[in-house]
Amino acid sequence: MDWQWAADHVDDFAEATRSHLYLALMPVLYGLLISIPLGLLCVRIPKLYPPVLGGANVIYALPGLALIVLLIDTTGFSNATIIIPLTLYTLVILIPNIVDGLRSVPEPVRQAATAMGFGELRRQIQVEFPIAIPYVMAGLRVATVSSISLVSIGVLIGDDFGGLGVFFIDGFQQDFMTPIIIGVVLSVALALLADALLVLAQRLLTPWSRTRRIRPLAQVERVEAGVSV
Amino acid sequence: MNFLGAAWGWLTDPANWEGTGGIPNRLVEHLGYVGRSLLIAGLIALPLGLLTGHTGRGGFAVTTVANAFRALPTLGVVIIVVLTVGLGIWPVLIALTALAIPSILVNTYEGIRNVDADLKDAARGMGMTGWQVLVRVELPVAMPLILIGIRTAAIVTVSTATIAAYVGLGGFGRYIIDGLSVRAFDTEVAGGAILVVVLALLVGAVFIVLRRMLVPAGVRHQS
Repeated sequence: MDWQWAADHVDDFAEATRSHLYLALMPVLYGLLISIPLGLLCVRIPKLYPPVLGGANVIYALPGLALIVLLIDTTGFSNATIIIPLTLYTLVILIPNIVDGLRSVPEPVRQAATAMGFGELRRQIQVEFPIAIPYVMAGLRVATVSSISLVSIGVLIGDDFGGLGVFFIDGFQQDFMTPIIIGVVLSVALALLADALLVLAQRLLTPWSRTRRIRPLAQVERVEAGVSV
Repeated sequence: MNFLGAAWGWLTDPANWEGTGGIPNRLVEHLGYVGRSLLIAGLIALPLGLLTGHTGRGGFAVTTVANAFRALPTLGVVIIVVLTVGLGIWPVLIALTALAIPSILVNTYEGIRNVDADLKDAARGMGMTGWQVLVRVELPVAMPLILIGIRTAAIVTVSTATIAAYVGLGGFGRYIIDGLSVRAFDTEVAGGAILVVVLALLVGAVFIVLRRMLVPAGVRHQS
């Protein structure tokens, strides 16, 4: 490790970290915005869920680099070329989690809400969705960690599109380990930090479960979905 | 449509179907990397997963290691291994194997561990030994989850092998990396990407067949 070199390049690392976070977190945000209504819809219309899950399975199998380079013709060399494939991957994780979460709501709770005069949409949003939060958050944690670790492959289409990945390429070309190790450590640290923040958010969002310990992220691919590279 | 036309033209050009750089040879290379690293990963992760799941010990370590792996950026891992061990096929196979292990390990562990306790008690009550319970009861019941783990590992390996073309590996990734460097986006790059996508989908299809073959009918109907 060349600490002097590292100290001289602090600004570069800061800039790459910022871009890494942007490219990794925008897909999570878009993913949430798309998957919440879609998940609610899939629970309302159960027939819709199998084809959505099937589509998610197909997307899940597609290698990230292939998706990225296939987009070059449409979106060119822009952030969208990285953000769109990563968004698709977050959907694959989030939608099954949201649907499972909403389906985990006990029937008596649903009936009680209806009896209290909740309409279907309001009941879904105000009663069922909060109960589903632990499932949603579990999906959100996997999606966020995966997204942060995936961004770096974007560097293969250009230095500006892989966040911290730019240091992997630099280090490889100069046969110089320091930037690669710092890049990997920063990328892992961002992922773990984001995960910790989400655990904290979950505690704040579900005060009723505060007494229970939130499980460490069990990365079991239960549904036939998960993340690829 | 122009774009698809160009990619189609590249894919059907007879010149791209011959020699070391030809599609058949690249396919064999890609499958070779995936097959070898999956085999090694399976030989390590399956016994370990069966053991930890059956005994219930070491589960925390398994989950922690797998968590850490998911946070690792694969391109960085591949490059670190190559710079440490040297260029060539084996360093990359080491990286591919390392990235394939966690999903097989975690799914095997969780699959075995979560087998209904009543089932295990019944098996023991019938006089089965620990080994028999594992092989005749736990393994078949956990098979769907184990297969999903192996499938995830296979898909990760197909993807990572594509990325590993950057450090000089053959396989379909070659087309993408070489094409990017000469800016042949709509021919070589797109053609290579389509080949990778088709390969990944075929690998997924293989696991649908495997599921039918390996999961006992009784377990299949339940899930």
